[in-house]
Amino acid sequence: MDTAAAMKSVYEQIGGEPAMAAAVEVFYRKVLTDDRISHFFEDVDMERQAAKQKAFLTMVTGGPSSYSGRDMRAGHAHLVKHGLNDMHFDAVAGHLKETLEELGVAAPLVARVLAIAESARADVLNR
Amino acid sequence: MAKVKHESRWYPLESGESVLDGLLRQGVSVPNSCRAGACQSCLMKAVRGTVPEAARVGLKDTLVAQGYFLACTCRPPEGTELEVAGAEALRVPARITSLTLLSADVLRVRLVTDAPFEYRAGQYVSLVRADGLARSYSVASLPREGELELHVRLLPGGAMSGWLAADARPGDAVQLQGPVGSCFYVPGRPEQPLVLAGTGTGLAPLYGIVRDALEAGHSGPIWLFHGARVPEGLYLRDALRELAERHPQLHYRPCVLAGGSRDVAEGSLDVLIRTECPKPVGFRAYLCGDPQLVLSLRKKLFLSGLSLKDLHADSFLPSAPKAEVVTNSPAGVR
Repeated sequence: MDTAAAMKSVYEQIGGEPAMAAAVEVFYRKVLTDDRISHFFEDVDMERQAAKQKAFLTMVTGGPSSYSGRDMRAGHAHLVKHGLNDMHFDAVAGHLKETLEELGVAAPLVARVLAIAESARADVLNR
Repeated sequence: MAKVKHESRWYPLESGESVLDGLLRQGVSVPNSCRAGACQSCLMKAVRGTVPEAARVGLKDTLVAQGYFLACTCRPPEGTELEVAGAEALRVPARITSLTLLSADVLRVRLVTDAPFEYRAGQYVSLVRADGLARSYSVASLPREGELELHVRLLPGGAMSGWLAADARPGDAVQLQGPVGSCFYVPGRPEQPLVLAGTGTGLAPLYGIVRDALEAGHSGPIWLFHGARVPEGLYLRDALRELAERHPQLHYRPCVLAGGSRDVAEGSLDVLIRTECPKPVGFRAYLCGDPQLVLSLRKKLFLSGLSLKDLHADSFLPSAPKAEVVTNSPAGVR
């Protein structure tokens, strides 16, 4: 039996959609104040940007998500052209970790989320 | 090639061209102003054919259900055949009742509509002249006041503002379309601190919102920041000061970049806001006016702890020059 299916997702364990809504604001503030990556997140439409990040957080916590590896590739291709690389990916992963920790998510669950995020690295960086 | 039928004639569109640009290029008159999908002046109705989803973003469900779309953001794919009509049915006839200068470059225009016109204080409308010229303005009045009030910034070479300042007279017939926008007061949580900030005629929606909140019994502190380059750019100062005297929870803070005085702070709006409201966590904010300023304030307030769901913003987009005319005339700003 698939272990992922047998276990409740992190998304469910930390409280589902309301928890994501809280997490996205904490996460968004972190990336916007990080000079290494803030330019990738500047958007005239902050609501749209927040919605994208919420979809990302939902995906990496194992929540209901329709994002595929192909979408990840297509969605980041233009950023890779503008220099998106491992350093930026690591910075985002670091903010993700801190966000979850600040919201009191237990260490083993944080590790699971980071593992899912890590599995998207090749698609995000279009390798 | 996509083509558009309007009043029994077909108009071909160039590849990637919007319905608005294509029709204007070929001499069809379509009211329009911001050309960025915000003001909704260029609303049209699809009588036959399919409109891309992007052309319906921001429209009310009731308008979408009737086939309405925005001509400026409608770029039909190759091969599309679209039959369109104007949005005349949505316009309400109105008459100008008064024209009064509030400052050297802000004109107050009051109107009455000949049919019921429902709106929320802080929303915006398209003012359409008899010849189809349209501009988008925020409403500064409250629905119960009967007359609608618009604050029109007078621009050198401005088509609508120039006409209103020089030629329009009380009694003139115009049309109103709308309202649009979600930057308005919603009752509930009367103790929540509010911060309202705007520059220039960005005060218009805020003047409606602040009075709407007070009349709804808002008891929490209300900060109203109005910015201008110089003191002459401020207006309604006496009215706002009197309002603040009657309502101790209201703090009115006019602010200029140069020429401050005992009553008017000098410096940038965001610094003044940070001084007066250092920790705006849990506040509700309404930001109106210059797009750059709205964008920057929005980000600063979010980073200082305001939640996105409590941030309401209305960027005043300039009216874009016509596609077929190369012009250096300044663009109109709501």
